Amino acid sequence: MANKRMLRTAVTMAVAVVVLVALWEGYKWVGDQTGGTWPGTTVDLPVTSNDITMPHVGDIAGELFDDIRAGRQTMPMTLYLAKKAAVTFLEATIGFTLGVVVGMGLAVLMLRWRFAERGLLPWINVSQTVPLIALAPIVVTWARLQGYPDMFGIALISTYLTFFPVAVSGLRGLQSPDVDHVELMRSYAAPWWATLVKLRLPAARAYLFPAFKLAATLSVVGAIVGEISIGTKTGLGRAILDFAQRYAVWPERLYASVIAASALGLFVFGLVNGAEWLVMRRSRQVAG
Amino acid sequence: MNATSDIAVVVDGVHKVFGGGGADDVTALAGIDLAVAPGEFVSLIGPSGCGKSTLLRLIGDLLEPTAGTVTVFAKPAHQARLDQDYGMVFQHPGLFDWRSVAANIELPLELHDWSKADRSARSAAMLELVRLEEFGGHYPRQLSGGMQQRVSIARALSFEPRLLLMDEPFGALDEMTREHMQGELLRIWRETETTVVFVTHSIPEATFLSNRVVVLSPRPGRISSVVEVDLGDRTDDTREDPEFFRVATEVREALRAVEAGE
Ligand SMILES: Nc1ncnc2c1ncn2[C@@H]1O[C@H](COP(=O)(O)OP(=O)(O)OP(=O)(O)O)[C@@H](O)[C@H]1O
Ligand SMILES: [Mg+2]
Repeated sequence: MANKRMLRTAVTMAVAVVVLVALWEGYKWVGDQTGGTWPGTTVDLPVTSNDITMPHVGDIAGELFDDIRAGRQTMPMTLYLAKKAAVTFLEATIGFTLGVVVGMGLAVLMLRWRFAERGLLPWINVSQTVPLIALAPIVVTWARLQGYPDMFGIALISTYLTFFPVAVSGLRGLQSPDVDHVELMRSYAAPWWATLVKLRLPAARAYLFPAFKLAATLSVVGAIVGEISIGTKTGLGRAILDFAQRYAVWPERLYASVIAASALGLFVFGLVNGAEWLVMRRSRQVAG
Repeated sequence: MNATSDIAVVVDGVHKVFGGGGADDVTALAGIDLAVAPGEFVSLIGPSGCGKSTLLRLIGDLLEPTAGTVTVFAKPAHQARLDQDYGMVFQHPGLFDWRSVAANIELPLELHDWSKADRSARSAAMLELVRLEEFGGHYPRQLSGGMQQRVSIARALSFEPRLLLMDEPFGALDEMTREHMQGELLRIWRETETTVVFVTHSIPEATFLSNRVVVLSPRPGRISSVVEVDLGDRTDDTREDPEFFRVATEVREALRAVEAGE
């Protein structure tokens, strides 16, 4: 049953890729035919379709397998990007883990004390309106002054994005049990923490996993933005920065690095999905 | 030994007002006095909204009276709850979906720090009691409503509470399942010798199950009459016994009087 669903997901994703490629190349073809206007009109296409703005899919794919010189070594682009992505992945993982801890901590705090909910929730919402680009240098500078490695500063930026969905959905999930269930626990004279562990946390799982998936993807975004804004020497953010500077001459490379970032995002998303599948397996077995 | 120590539940002059003192306050209960003897089975019956659930929740210390006191086994209700004297069954089974049937039954035992071996031994015995031996490993959503309700009764009984509080536990069941469950409940009640306060809408149910039927009147809820039931040991034939009909009629007339506002 699980295999069937995985197969279906794989097929859907493959079809989506094919459709995207077809649209991309079709758009380029139309642009080439008409000289950059909508067919039969003189209205310009929204995006110019030349090979700099929109390289051929084949060229981007080819770039992925071409060699790139990194320092004294030469290696295929895929390996080069994978190495960079591994660094970003580590930062994102630290950021995600911290984000889950902080987010769950805040959720439990707000659950326990109504005044904490009233006092904290607005600030938690406001926190996400602070532009990351402005925040990143502050956080990283602070981390450097404390003597922490840059990687930790970057992870903190990632945490800043990830704690938010966890805190908000976590609180909703912890508050989700029926009055009946809460009263049942009360009738057993169950202490507060026992109600948390045996009732509220299990009930919150259905709310938490969607939040974790969002947080996992955001953790990669946060790590890359962090890398870019402090200009680290490694990580996918570095690769994106380097390739962006030479976009005009070598656009395929920037696209290749963007693909690597998406792949990393998909990978962490998949990891959380797998964790959910493991944790929720039993309740799902009987859902149908 | 004081005078109330051999009485299971004493409700003394209890008033309950919902609301913060504004114009829309609801006086749910006014001047309730009720005593339940140990091992007694008492039913509360009355029109919808008359305060049956409220009274049950006051006894169970899920609510606090606005005035008056509730004493359970010679202790304040609050202390009785902390002493884990209560087993409660609500109208909905209220099982935890993520726990197996056996784990649901063991929930109160976990909270009372029973050992793993004792817990599984007890849940197995309880499953037998409610005739669900084969379903310990199932999950609540795999069971019918009536089976779930039996699990919730097993859960309430698992730690042998001294007082069982039941709020329309069979409300959602069809007539045949309901009668079957009533039989089971009486069997369990006899075997465990626990005290039961039972809320219901059904006249035959109250008559069949109880030693005493307490009839409540609405707005504000008061005890309007108490019907003694003396049917001996219940069997399936009891439901066709002339005495059963006589008592049921008495309860019905008490209820009619209440509805007519007398
Ligand atoms: N939490 C509450 N807040 C405000 N009013 C309440 C609350 N609970 C009950 N009431 C009111 O108290 C009165 C009695 O309610 P209760 O639930 O005890 O009735 P009941 O006899 O159990 O009714 P039913 O047979 O329909 O279950 C009702 O008028 C109801 O509106
Ligand atoms: Mg009720």
